[in-house]
Amino acid sequence: MLADLPLLSLVIWTPILGGVLVLFASKEEQAGMAKIIALAVAVITFLLTIPLYTSFDLATYQMQFVENTPWIPAFNINYHLGVDGISMPLILLTAFTTILVVIAGWDNIKQKTAQYMAAFLIMNGLMIGVFAALDSILFYVFWEAMLIPMFLIIGIWGGERRVYATIKFFLYTFLGSVFMLVALIYMYTQSGTFGILDFHGIKLGMTEQILIFLAFLLAFAVKVPMWPVHTWLPDAHVEAPTGGSVILAAIMLKMGTYGFVRFSMPITPDAAQNLDWLMITLSLIAIVYIAFVALVQKDMKKLIAYSSISHMGFVTLGFFVVYMIVENTGSVQGAAMGIEGALVQMISHGFISGAMFLCIGVMYDRMHSRLISDYGGVANTMPVFAGFMVFFAMANAGLPGTSGFVGEFLVILSAFKANFWIAFLAATTLIFGAAYTLWMVKRVIFGEVANEKVAALKDLNNREFFILGTLAVAVLILGLWPAPLLDVMHATVDHLVQQITTSKLPNL
Amino acid sequence: MPNNFQMPDLMPALPEMFLLTMACIILLADLFISDKNRVLTYLLSLATLGVTAALTVAMHTPETVYTFDGSFVSDTMGDVLKVFVYLVTAVAFIYSRDYLLARNIFKGEYFVLGLFAVLGMMVLISAHSMLTIYLGLELLSLSLYAMVAFQRDSSKATEAAMKYFVLGALASGMLLYGMSLIYGITGTLDIGGVHTAIAGLEDSKQIVLGLGLVLVIVGMAFKLGAVPFHMWVPDVYHGAPTAVTLFISTAPKIAAFAMIMRLLVEGLGDLHAQWQDILIIMAVLSMLVGNVIAIAQTNIKRMLAYSTISHVGFLLLGILAGTQAGYSASMFYVIVYALMGMGGFGIIILLSRSGFEADKLDDFKGLNDRSPWFAFIMMILMFSMAGVPPALGFYAKFAVLQAVIGAGLTWLAVVAVIFSIIGAFYYLRVIKLMYFDKAEDTQPIETSMDMKVVLSANGLGILFLGLAPGSLLALCTAAIG
Repeated sequence: MLADLPLLSLVIWTPILGGVLVLFASKEEQAGMAKIIALAVAVITFLLTIPLYTSFDLATYQMQFVENTPWIPAFNINYHLGVDGISMPLILLTAFTTILVVIAGWDNIKQKTAQYMAAFLIMNGLMIGVFAALDSILFYVFWEAMLIPMFLIIGIWGGERRVYATIKFFLYTFLGSVFMLVALIYMYTQSGTFGILDFHGIKLGMTEQILIFLAFLLAFAVKVPMWPVHTWLPDAHVEAPTGGSVILAAIMLKMGTYGFVRFSMPITPDAAQNLDWLMITLSLIAIVYIAFVALVQKDMKKLIAYSSISHMGFVTLGFFVVYMIVENTGSVQGAAMGIEGALVQMISHGFISGAMFLCIGVMYDRMHSRLISDYGGVANTMPVFAGFMVFFAMANAGLPGTSGFVGEFLVILSAFKANFWIAFLAATTLIFGAAYTLWMVKRVIFGEVANEKVAALKDLNNREFFILGTLAVAVLILGLWPAPLLDVMHATVDHLVQQITTSKLPNL
Repeated sequence: MPNNFQMPDLMPALPEMFLLTMACIILLADLFISDKNRVLTYLLSLATLGVTAALTVAMHTPETVYTFDGSFVSDTMGDVLKVFVYLVTAVAFIYSRDYLLARNIFKGEYFVLGLFAVLGMMVLISAHSMLTIYLGLELLSLSLYAMVAFQRDSSKATEAAMKYFVLGALASGMLLYGMSLIYGITGTLDIGGVHTAIAGLEDSKQIVLGLGLVLVIVGMAFKLGAVPFHMWVPDVYHGAPTAVTLFISTAPKIAAFAMIMRLLVEGLGDLHAQWQDILIIMAVLSMLVGNVIAIAQTNIKRMLAYSTISHVGFLLLGILAGTQAGYSASMFYVIVYALMGMGGFGIIILLSRSGFEADKLDDFKGLNDRSPWFAFIMMILMFSMAGVPPALGFYAKFAVLQAVIGAGLTWLAVVAVIFSIIGAFYYLRVIKLMYFDKAEDTQPIETSMDMKVVLSANGLGILFLGLAPGSLLALCTAAIG
């Protein structure tokens, strides 16, 4: 019965239409109603995603919950949706995070509440669309359309330099994406279709592959973001309202890495193998260099933004280290571990970075400052909050028992099979990550009460406790018992590794 | 004197004849209508366009029909383009009413000139001989010159009309000279005849033919506003009353596309290799100049003028691809452009009132606080022009890019997308002003119901056609194929 419903369409369009509905309550005195509708829509969307998990067939790598109808017949473009073990968890994460974001904006968004809620709901649908699309143009439409609500969220509800930050964010992302569009159209002229799964099968020469790979790289590297195209992220994070930062860090960054496993690696495996040194180098620069950059930040949001870049470096490292492992060991098994680790890291980072930004948001709502130097001794006045903050900081640093540990551990472990020095450099992040996160926590949470403002702080209210509590549970569960997530991924990842290590050069 | 005159089949030209008759009747009737009842002229003009559209659809046949000794053609492409010309013109009339009333220039001449311009466009679209092309073009241009100068007491408008007239006449001269050279070489005015004659032309005549080709392209580029023949565009768009700018920036582009299709593609199609290079240069320059200079503008009419220039560059890309896919992509592009341009200038008219033109970018500040709905409509239009999905403008760019890559010109597609990133900036700036800044102008926005409804439909149409662009694309593909 459930299987007959077009579930994916429902989870995409429910929030979008719900967002439009919320806009009708745009008068200031209707703000309360707008919030209630928004919460209801977000919860319904999340409930709709649960059958995706419960009825998910673990045994197959094939796409599930597939919907396929012609959309633009003139170009053979289809409304083609489906999920596999990689995209399904990301959809759940998106729907889950949106609920938290709606609750997080409950009291602190004072102006244009309806538009704020609507923007996040519409974003929710579009982001799920990105993960569910199996037609590349449909994917591109969701991918680009998503920029519009985010552009407005940063620009309307953001901080002082919001205009600069949001235009930079938009243009950077747009810059990357248009080259992807050219690559997609090029592949259409080669294959006569825009289907992503069909792209996986087409034969491409080496030069073509490298050019296509680079076009994709530009689009996805901006989104991840990878060094050196990461500079939009700290600006966007700092200026965005808390909800915007959470969505950026928890979901949007994952789209870049999702793009690598959905497009770059399966479509251009030979180019990926050829250029894996480049990808590994960029990942290591992100992991090590950006960690140092994070160490010297004065602004908490900026610090977590850099920490995100560093952690996302782990994801790209986990993906592209595969080729070296296969070369060294000849076994595909070890390679799969790296990719699984990277995928777990994606989900885990979604929880942890979201939680970190929410923690900073909690403090910002009270003090209207994000500067580390304005704080000190918060633990004295907000003991419960301090507990959460320390816990998430530990998770961010990769403490065993939290989800942050699982992904990083798997990636480092598989990196050892590739090359000792790569693994060594990656592992240094366990130290640097702990250094910048815990040092920040020390300065903000512990010590003497720094000033009168801190002395006057009130601890978490129920709403904030609920949000942080939920995330803490998620981080713990994923850290202690990651098996359910790994089980979902196994079949898909095995197939993926096979796919990305099989040459697609013609006449071979 | 032998009587070998044969009565041509008039039926294919029935819509043209009806429109001509009605335009004359309205011109006369308007004399007897007092200023108080001037709205009758307006309604009559709209009704005329409606009936003409109905006639065009009713007379439509799938096969191509020639009449007037082959100098007039009625085919699917022409009929589709004409229907969009009527639509755009009717919307332009509706948007204009309040604007003209507020400035005390709500006169019958505006509508009559508009109808004559439409007639010129129809002739241009259906022209199948160089003479008919010139006839249609001049009828269109002369009507437009007069419309630009329509606000007699505005020195800006008069200056714009003067510039438009002088440069337009120069362009017409070039075009005519080019046509005469082609006529001299091929010995025929008929487009089909030109095509046949060129196929069997000896080499010695190629140079003269090339010269004719260049002059014809120059003339067309002038009319389209492609770089380096774009100088008039910003001045005329800026100086003309917004209601007229709205009109000249939309419908005539549709007709100009038809002119290129008839003359360049059908008549001189065998010279594709030669005009492709010329068009590549013009297209790249148009996108460069249009997008870069638009950034420096503080006046939104001038900004949209440069934006038009960049859109023309994109339009040329589809044509220079030289494939069926390219032509239908360009046709799609020109229609989409007209719909977007209509909405963009419509919003400017909406914000303006007596003594206040709302043509500064700063006049858009805080529009979201003043009218969230129309800020939203303008946002859709801006994203559409920038080519961001799901707005319709994306699919227009997409179709053109696909044609260009399909023709093996991937590098050109890369150049085009780079310029659209540059272009995105100034569209984003408008959205920034509307959404992120505080309003300076706090007067309430007042306008008539019909304008509100049509403008909303215009904006939402861009959005919903973007969600389901299949039918319009299929229509364009069918029209060219």
